[in-house]
Amino acid sequence: MSNKVLHVLYNDDDILMDAVKKTRAAHHHIEEVFTPFPVHGLDKAMGLAPTRLAICAFIYGLVGLSVATSMMYYIMIVDWPQDIGGKPSFAYYMNMPAFVPVMFEMTVFFAAHLMVITFYMRSRLWPFKQAENPDVRTTDDHFLMEVPVHGDENELVSFFQQTGAVEVKVIEKH
Amino acid sequence: MSSHYEAPIRKPLIIGDKNYHDVTVDVARPVEGRANKQWWIAFAISLTAFLWGVASVAYTVGHGIGTWGSNKTVGWAWDITNFVWWVGIGHAGTLISAVLLLFRQKWRMAINRSAEAMTIFSVVQAAMFPVFHMGRPWLAFYVMPIPNQYGSLWVNFNSPLLWDVFAISTYLSVSLVFWWTGLLPDFAMLRDRAITPFTKRVYSILSFGWSGRAKDWQRFEEVSLVLAGLATPLVLSVHTIVSFDFATSVIPGWHTTILPPYFVAGAIFSGFAMVNTLLIIMRKVSNLEAYITIQHIELMNIVIMITGSIVGVAYITELFVAWYSGVEYEQYAFLNRATGPYWWSYWLMMTCNVISPQVMWFKKIRTSITVSFVISLVVNVGMWFERFVIIVTSLHRDYLPSSWTMFQPTWVDAGFYIGTIGFFFVLFLLYSRSFPVIAQAEVKSIMKTSSETYKKLHAAHAHDDHSHSEHNHH
Repeated sequence: MSNKVLHVLYNDDDILMDAVKKTRAAHHHIEEVFTPFPVHGLDKAMGLAPTRLAICAFIYGLVGLSVATSMMYYIMIVDWPQDIGGKPSFAYYMNMPAFVPVMFEMTVFFAAHLMVITFYMRSRLWPFKQAENPDVRTTDDHFLMEVPVHGDENELVSFFQQTGAVEVKVIEKH
Repeated sequence: MSSHYEAPIRKPLIIGDKNYHDVTVDVARPVEGRANKQWWIAFAISLTAFLWGVASVAYTVGHGIGTWGSNKTVGWAWDITNFVWWVGIGHAGTLISAVLLLFRQKWRMAINRSAEAMTIFSVVQAAMFPVFHMGRPWLAFYVMPIPNQYGSLWVNFNSPLLWDVFAISTYLSVSLVFWWTGLLPDFAMLRDRAITPFTKRVYSILSFGWSGRAKDWQRFEEVSLVLAGLATPLVLSVHTIVSFDFATSVIPGWHTTILPPYFVAGAIFSGFAMVNTLLIIMRKVSNLEAYITIQHIELMNIVIMITGSIVGVAYITELFVAWYSGVEYEQYAFLNRATGPYWWSYWLMMTCNVISPQVMWFKKIRTSITVSFVISLVVNVGMWFERFVIIVTSLHRDYLPSSWTMFQPTWVDAGFYIGTIGFFFVLFLLYSRSFPVIAQAEVKSIMKTSSETYKKLHAAHAHDDHSHSEHNHH
């Protein structure tokens, strides 16, 4: 079986949105859509599952809070419970107000950085990563929909030409 | 197009007949073109100032902080004044990119990139003062709770100076990843336009292989939103923690509970003034007047006016509480500010911070670029003096009259400060020639609601709504 795909290019986000809806209604599978900017509602129109990065961030924040609390509990209360300026170091709660700033900062630090790292890993982004957009115009003003070819190729091409595409290309994918 | 409805009362944020490609070209132009003579002159001046700063710091580290004007009574002076000033300036960047994102303010999109750059470059300047105001800066790593061969000997988590370490490093690093993540699609745009193999390579590395998939954008937007949600309390906490350096002390004039919100308001005030200063120049020299419009400047002026008023209320509150407290030390601290040997700095601060933003009530003034530019500079002078007044006037006369003294800065104090200004502009000038200074991907996403072209199109549609109603519903 050949690995042919269609690269359908649009030059307007509204036409793209309409095309995505029509393509879904016609039960053609959309492999990928490349856009130069976030098109609001595109993920919903394509039927993409929502991202869980915010849930990750919440969990990372809790990790940061636990790290900060246990670090300061060990250092200030367990290891060297010294009297520094009359601050009560007998129990964590007694000197807790002084620990709040660091607890807060570390919660934010962990939540932000670990979420960003998760995003970079999940979306496979790193400094020497090769770009994978098939057409350079997709970072400027074009929108590209990639659709695998099944069945009649000509019929599929004419279907997409009717969706307002400015260009429909058949690509042999390896 | 019905999904792009926006109330006709809203003025366009993108002026002129621009399409998506025009945005790309306009944003890429300063990066792809060559630097002109003025840029090189500005760069040379900044670099000279920076090198003078390096020399001053080297002299300080080599000879000790006794080369500064600080003394036994006034242990903190220009060092911490400049530190707080730079941190404050940095705050507007996060305000613009995070708080205005949470409030869905579309006008932020043309200015957030430069505001974030300003944040990062000014926090870098700020971070140098805590290190080099140390008597023994080579032992600065002792502030980290790292296990060591002294038993382990730890740090004391009661000190606001340690909280500062956590606050500033978190702030700088989170701002940096927030900024960089937002830059990925714009670097990708420059990468895909690059002609020479060198620029292609550079922007390929910088853009992390961004390809603009629908799923990437979905995650990108969620990450931006969560980071904005984290950066907003972060920005409030950072300047709060900086204010704790003073507020948690026992010094009359410092020990006040109003300092955290008052410092944050002052930070927004001075930060927006700095953004205004920079963008008024940038829109002109980089030909970005279609994106950074007079409306952007007016809105920034309104923020300056509001935060300036908050700062004004804080000044009055402090004065009232000092009088109301019945504590003679507190009362004297404020009497000394107004009538003591540093009266001129107090009244300069009052004039710059309380009176100057109030002229923004007049539309003629707040929509004048020249006046905005002047006021924004005046505000930054005023905010420098605010920190100077709080720090020095509270220290040079406090509990024991036998410890009263004066403070006089030396050329080394001045050299370090001017050096950080030079360094800031070195970084900012390099940034403006190599980075996409407008978040073009974001600007493109508001084209259909907020550009002049589409606004006109909508207006035309509204007139013959019935004949086009079919076309409008898809």
